[in-house]
Amino acid sequence: MADIAMRAGAKAPPREPTAWDRLKVNRNWLGFWFMVPAMAFLILFLAYPLVLGVWLSFTDARIGRTGNFVGLENYEWLAEDSNFWLVVFNTVFYTTVASVAKFAIGLYLALLLNERMPFKAMIRALVLIPFIVPTVLSAIAFWWIYDSNFSIVSWGLREMGLIEGNINFLGDVWNARWSVIFANVWRGIPFIAITLLAGLQTVSPSLYEAATIDGASSWQRFRYITYPLLTPIIAVVMTFSVLFTFTDFQLIWVLTRGGPVNATHLMATLSYQRAILGGNLGEGAAISTAMIPFLLAAIMISWFGLQRRTWQQG
Amino acid sequence: MNFDRRSLIKGGAALGLGAGTGLLDFAKAWAQTAPWKPEAGAQLSMLRWKYFVQSEDDAFVKMIEAFTAATGVKVQISRESYEDVQPKASVAANTGAGPDMFWGLYSLPHLFPQKCVDVSDVADYLGKKYGGWVDSAVQYSQSGGKWIGIPVCYSGNLMNYRVSVMQKAGFKEFPKTTDAFLEYAKATKANGSPGGFALGHASGDGNGWIYWCLWAFGGQHVDKNDKVTINSPETEKALNYAKALYDQMVPGTVAWNDSFNNKAFLANEISWTNNGISIYVAANNDPTKKEIAADMDHAYMPVGPVGKPTELHLMYPVLAMSHTKYPMACKALMAFMLEAQNFNPWIESARGYLTHCLNAYDSNPVWTADPKRTVYRDVAKRSLTAGGQGSVGEKAAAAIADFVILDMFASFCTGRDDAKSAMRVAERQLTRIYR
Repeated sequence: MADIAMRAGAKAPPREPTAWDRLKVNRNWLGFWFMVPAMAFLILFLAYPLVLGVWLSFTDARIGRTGNFVGLENYEWLAEDSNFWLVVFNTVFYTTVASVAKFAIGLYLALLLNERMPFKAMIRALVLIPFIVPTVLSAIAFWWIYDSNFSIVSWGLREMGLIEGNINFLGDVWNARWSVIFANVWRGIPFIAITLLAGLQTVSPSLYEAATIDGASSWQRFRYITYPLLTPIIAVVMTFSVLFTFTDFQLIWVLTRGGPVNATHLMATLSYQRAILGGNLGEGAAISTAMIPFLLAAIMISWFGLQRRTWQQG
Repeated sequence: MNFDRRSLIKGGAALGLGAGTGLLDFAKAWAQTAPWKPEAGAQLSMLRWKYFVQSEDDAFVKMIEAFTAATGVKVQISRESYEDVQPKASVAANTGAGPDMFWGLYSLPHLFPQKCVDVSDVADYLGKKYGGWVDSAVQYSQSGGKWIGIPVCYSGNLMNYRVSVMQKAGFKEFPKTTDAFLEYAKATKANGSPGGFALGHASGDGNGWIYWCLWAFGGQHVDKNDKVTINSPETEKALNYAKALYDQMVPGTVAWNDSFNNKAFLANEISWTNNGISIYVAANNDPTKKEIAADMDHAYMPVGPVGKPTELHLMYPVLAMSHTKYPMACKALMAFMLEAQNFNPWIESARGYLTHCLNAYDSNPVWTADPKRTVYRDVAKRSLTAGGQGSVGEKAAAAIADFVILDMFASFCTGRDDAKSAMRVAERQLTRIYR
C-alpha cells in the first residue's frame, strides 16, 4: 500500500491546499456560521433599533416623514428646556430613592426568608405576588388607593380621626413623587428579595458554623461572610433593578401621565409623549438617547464597584 | 308614510326603532346605487375609539353587519381608548402597514396628510345630500383643498352642574359669562359643594376647558399665520382667571385625568365640571344615581370678555390609510356610515354623547326628546378648532398632544411659575413646534 501511494505521489504531487480548502476545515470559520443566527437576531432586534434611535435623534423626523439631518439641534433645544431638566431630575430621584429602598427592604426580606420558619415555602411564594401581578393592574389598584376623593388610605385615616380632609396623593408635587416611588418599590421588592434569597442559599453553612465557633456576632457574620459572597449577585440584581426603574413607563403613565405639572414625568414618558403623541420623533429619540449615558453609568457603578473583589482576584 | 329622503332624515329616530331587517334592506338597496363599489374580495380593518356609551357601540356593530351583508366586505373592528388611537395610526403611517381605517381624535389626519386617501368625493356627496358640513369640521378634515378624513361626529364638552346646588347658591340659571361663573364657583364652594376642572394631562376635559379659558379672554397660542402669540396680556388675563377659578375648586384637580371628574360628580364630591353627556347617561343607567340624574343639567361654557362662544369640543374624524388595498371599500363604508338611515339611529343610540357635523341632522329627535340633551346638539357649530386662529394641521395637533397650553395653566395655577415664566416656557415650546 505504501509503495502504491509513493508511486502515485511521484506521478502527481499533491496540490497546494487553496485558501478555500483551508477555510472549509477551519473550525473558526465553522464557528462563525454557527454564530450567525444569534448575531443576526441581535443586530436586527437590538443593534439596529438602537442605532436607528440614535440616528433619529439627529434628525427632525416626524411621524410619517423621514426628516432631515439637523445635527445636535434636538440636544441643544433640550439643553435649554426647563421641562427636560425637571424630567431628568425626576428620573434620577425616582431611580435613586426607589432602588435604594428596594435593595434595603429586599435584602432584609431575603435574610428573613432564609431563616427557618413554619410555612416557609408558602411565604416565599406569597412574597412574589406583587411581581407576578401585571404592572398595569397593580398601577390601576394604586390609582384607586391614591384617588383624591376615594382613597382607602384617606378614608381609613379619616375614620380613625387622624386626618380631617382627604390626602392629595397625586395632586401635590411631592406627594405625587413619593406616591409613585412607593408603588414602584412595592412592585420591585419581590424581584430583589427572591434573587438575593437564591444567592443566600448558595452560601455554605459551614462558613457560618466556623465563624460562630470563632465567636463572630450576627452582624460580623453578615458583614464578613454573607455580604462578600453575595456581592456578585447584588451587582447583577441592582443593575437590572436600576435599569428597570430608570426606564419605567407603565406605572407613571397609568397613575399620573407625568403630572401634576410634570412632577412625575420620567424620561421614558416624556420621550413617548413628544415622539408618539406629539409626533416629534427626532426630539423624542433625543430624550431616549439622553438616557443612555445615565444607564451606562449605572451599569459601570454596579459592575466595577460592587464586583471589585472579583476583579482583584482576576 | 312616504319614506322619501327628507322624511327619513327627519324621522331618524323612528328608523332607529326599525333597525334590523329595515337596516339590511336599506343597506342592500344602497349598495346597488352607491357611487363606490368595493373591490372584489375586499376586507377592511378599522381601529376606532372605544365607546363611552354601550348602546352606541351596539348600534355601530349593527350598522357594520348590514354593510357586510350588503356589500360582502368583511370589516374587522378594533377598539382603543381615544388617546391611544393616534399612536397606533402614527405607527401605521410610518410603517405602511396596519388597519385600513382609523377613527380617532381632533386633527388626526393632519399628522400624516400625505398618508391619507383623498376622500373629497365622499365629503362632497354627503355635504350636498345633508345640508352641508359645519365650519370647524371642514377645517379639521381638509388639507391643501382635499378632504383627508371624514368628520363623523363631535363629542361635546359642556358644563355639567347640579341644579339644587345652583339654586342654593342663589342662581336661577347657570351663569352665561365668565365673571358670573367665577361668582358661581365662589358661592358653590362657600356652600360646601365646589366644582372642578381637570388640570392634569386630560386630553379631553383638560384641554377642553383650558382652551376655552384662553380664548374667552382673547388669548391665542398662534395668529392666522401660525406666528406664536401666546405671550400676551390676554393670556395673562386668562391665567389669572383660571387661577381664581382653581382656588374655588375641590383639591386635587391638578392630578385629574379624563375620568376623575366623572367619578367625583357621581360621588357627590363636586357640583360642576366640564364633560360630555356621559355623566348624565351613567347616572340614568345606575338605579342608585337616579337622584343625581334628576338634579343635574347641562349648559354652554360661559362666554368671556371676547363676547362669543370659545368652546373646544372633541371631533372624531375617520380616515383611510393610503396603504389600504381597498380604497373604494373604505370610501363606501364612510359614506354608508353617514347616510341618514344609518347615522340617525346610531347618533340616537349615543344618547347625546355624540353630535353630528352635517347640518341636516339637527332635526334628530334625540336632541329634543330629553331637554337636558339639547345644548349638546349645537357643539359642532359652536366649536373652534384646536389650532385656534392658526392652522389645524400637525403643529396644532402636536401642541395639544404635548399639553403645552395645559401645562402653562397648571404651572401657574399651582404656583410653580409666575405668569411671565409660564408664558415664556409655553412660548418657547410653541415656537419650536410652529417653526
